[in-house]
Amino acid sequence: MAFNVNKIREDFPILKRKVNGYPLVYFDNAATSQKPTKVIDSIVDYYENYNSNIHRGVHSISQEATDAYEDARKKIQKHFNVKESKEIILTSGTTHSINLVANGFTKLLNKDDEILISELEHHSNIVPWQMMCEKNGAKIKVIPLTNKGELNYDSFLNLLSKKTKLVFVNHVSNALGTINPIKSIISKAHEFGAAVLIDGAQASSHIKADLQELNVDFYTTSAHKLCGPTGIGMLFGKKEWLNKMPPYQGGGEMISEVTFEKTTYADLPHKFEAGTPNIVGAIGFGMALDYLNNIGFDNIESYELELLNYATNKLKEITGFKIYGEAKNKTSVISFNVGELHSYDIGTILDKFGIAVRTGQHCAQPVMDYFGISGTVRASFSFYNTKEEIDYFCKSLERAVAMLS
Amino acid sequence: MGIIEVQNEIVEEFSLFEDWMQRYEYMIELGKSIELIDPSNKIDSNLIKGCQSKLWLHAELKKDKLIFKADSEAIITKGIAAVLLRVFSNQTPKNIIEAKLEFIDKIGLKEHLSPTRANGLLSMIKQIKYYALAFNKN
Repeated sequence: MAFNVNKIREDFPILKRKVNGYPLVYFDNAATSQKPTKVIDSIVDYYENYNSNIHRGVHSISQEATDAYEDARKKIQKHFNVKESKEIILTSGTTHSINLVANGFTKLLNKDDEILISELEHHSNIVPWQMMCEKNGAKIKVIPLTNKGELNYDSFLNLLSKKTKLVFVNHVSNALGTINPIKSIISKAHEFGAAVLIDGAQASSHIKADLQELNVDFYTTSAHKLCGPTGIGMLFGKKEWLNKMPPYQGGGEMISEVTFEKTTYADLPHKFEAGTPNIVGAIGFGMALDYLNNIGFDNIESYELELLNYATNKLKEITGFKIYGEAKNKTSVISFNVGELHSYDIGTILDKFGIAVRTGQHCAQPVMDYFGISGTVRASFSFYNTKEEIDYFCKSLERAVAMLS
Repeated sequence: MGIIEVQNEIVEEFSLFEDWMQRYEYMIELGKSIELIDPSNKIDSNLIKGCQSKLWLHAELKKDKLIFKADSEAIITKGIAAVLLRVFSNQTPKNIIEAKLEFIDKIGLKEHLSPTRANGLLSMIKQIKYYALAFNKN
């Protein structure tokens, strides 16, 4: 399919709206993506035509809803090239997924064990492990950054040892857009017998990850980052690991037999899906994957890279412009400051021009600490953005700088 | 000048502007001319919470009036603080407690008053009122 951005933009109703009197320019895609009509329609269709609780119903629409929910799981399985659909756990999103794994590892680790976490991590990737370590006494070791915003690979190799039981790295950094060399990280970690969890939240909208090829132990993402609804995401786990881990929450759906003396748990994936799941979310998630695959990830990747290079070159012409994160491999994210101006001021003025960017620490305080800054402005582009929008953004940024200086 | 008079004066100044850009440019100017807090008072206990940029507020009672001083890393936040200090600083605690803030709406800054905005304007007003309550008891 030939890539035509103007045609694609018609799929996103929100792109027609105005903000503060100006056409919306949405450059906050790393926070969440916009939704195409197909996804929105799939949500409405579910509620209008076959809303029903799943799995135990004997009636027809319950069966239809169950099929749609399980179809979504299969779409996710296929998209990420996962061996068995029961290795896909539907969660509320990446944060939920990580907590699920951290909880599962609480009893699997002890005080002599170490886990490696990169300095690039989002807060949600740090806190669950700190909570786990409080319980089992395992120790967190941090893989440091380089000044380009890349992981220091040599330090990673030095930190790896027989004590290392888990390695946690994001596929793509949310604050800087750095694409981490996860394939070699995974194979190195495996040499030492450590399991690897990759947070794919920032990667999934740009990169189609082949989880069998990566041979990763756990991989997680959130649907809302890739044109799907909020409140739904997935955890992939190799079934050997998932079988070893205890359930995360108790409730309906996750049980096999219940008496007051003892409960036996359901098989995968239901063991980790307590209660009525986000049925409509899963359906929307599946539809979003269909939508993106129809455009093609090769098309998405090359167009977004074009936008990134175009914007980077243009922005660098602005006096005082400083970019954070210049990794060789990065997604379409530009984290920057201009002179001594505060990111909050720039973000406020850009908003008045109808431009949505993110400002502040991006839930990644350690990254900001590394660069010794209080925050950045982050512009993140998606395949539905245009070069004309980037031109307008650069012009508005220059006006903002003039106003604030 | 009383709080109501100062507010009216500010509303009149802002009414001269035709669009948001002029209003913001003026606020930025006010931010630059704010009487800064003494560096020794830029301490964590004077930080206003809920703000994406650091915002400090210091209060002291001189004779029967409260004197406020503020500073922020962000110039727009500083401008908003400057407008608020013009209204509240050098007033008696009693007047501050009783003051109604209608001018914020009238000068087009209402959007900054939403509790979900990360600029701390609302928290700053609260803090000013708390100070007034505390000093009123003394």
